[in-house]
Amino acid sequence: MRWRTARVVGTHDETPAARTLTLAVREWAGHVAGQHVDVRLTAPDGYSAVRSYSIASAPNPDRVEITVERLPNGEVSTYLTQQVVVGEELELRGPIGGWFVWRSDQTEPIQLLAGGSGIVPLMSMIRSRALANSTAPFRLLYSVREPGSIFYREELEALSTKYPSVIVNYAYTRAVPKDWPRPPGRVDRDLITSVTWPASLGALCYVCGPTGFVESVADMLSRAGNRRETIKTERFGATGEPK
Amino acid sequence: MNSEAYPYLDGNAAAGELNRIFAIDITAAQGQCAHCRATRHFAEAHLYVNCPGIVARCPSCGHVLLRLVNAGDRLFLDLQGMTYLALAPSEFRDSGG
Repeated sequence: MRWRTARVVGTHDETPAARTLTLAVREWAGHVAGQHVDVRLTAPDGYSAVRSYSIASAPNPDRVEITVERLPNGEVSTYLTQQVVVGEELELRGPIGGWFVWRSDQTEPIQLLAGGSGIVPLMSMIRSRALANSTAPFRLLYSVREPGSIFYREELEALSTKYPSVIVNYAYTRAVPKDWPRPPGRVDRDLITSVTWPASLGALCYVCGPTGFVESVADMLSRAGNRRETIKTERFGATGEPK
Repeated sequence: MNSEAYPYLDGNAAAGELNRIFAIDITAAQGQCAHCRATRHFAEAHLYVNCPGIVARCPSCGHVLLRLVNAGDRLFLDLQGMTYLALAPSEFRDSGG
């Protein structure tokens, strides 16, 4: 798999710490929802750094969108979220990964569970579902620190309004919206029971987020009766940048 | 191995590096651990990247399945921890290339 040149053709801030980059990639053959790309930055002195980012967009023949969260001391993420401008070129390799993917010919119920920026590949799945006019029942449980850290908030609201079989629930770990019934806290067994598909439905679960989130959520799904083969996970590293 | 002290990723995070070597995406394949004989998707392996290269361990017993080390002028790939990889065409279609 070779490195390609990707030109930045659009930027959009999702939150104060996260930015979506729209990249134009020549001869891009499209991707499958859930796949990621590697991005390589090379300094004038030859020093280079590679990071993996999940694709946020639905499959598209010319365009790829990635959403990058800025991390403390993250040399690549700081550049991509604060310095890169439209017209600049990056090196990109992908699409990568054939396991943590959702294909539009899948018809079984889908349970998505996102921790923070783990929403990105799951958003690609939700967008792909809409693009393909799929009728697969989707539920998303999206855990964020506070209301201001939600990515794609308006689009998620619009998609769940347009498609009754796309159900979106939030969990807030630090601060909740006004009049929110649940105090701030991590996703727990009660929440899993109340806002995810019952295990008896046999849904396929996709869990993406920091290692701690993925570990605890996958364990709770398993204890709730979901079979191991139906739980797919993608962990982000200790630094939060999947590598 | 203490996963608290050494946080790991999933085997699917190795797809980019392994695509440098293999023509298809082996993270979607099932591999058998040579130690405990558990058969799991390679994507489910525990992947350690905070080392000179990458190490994939069996999610069932913790034994090393794969090591990939860049030694400067050469890349070393050690696969002795897996007895086989089983590839279904449906698992690696559209995996890019």
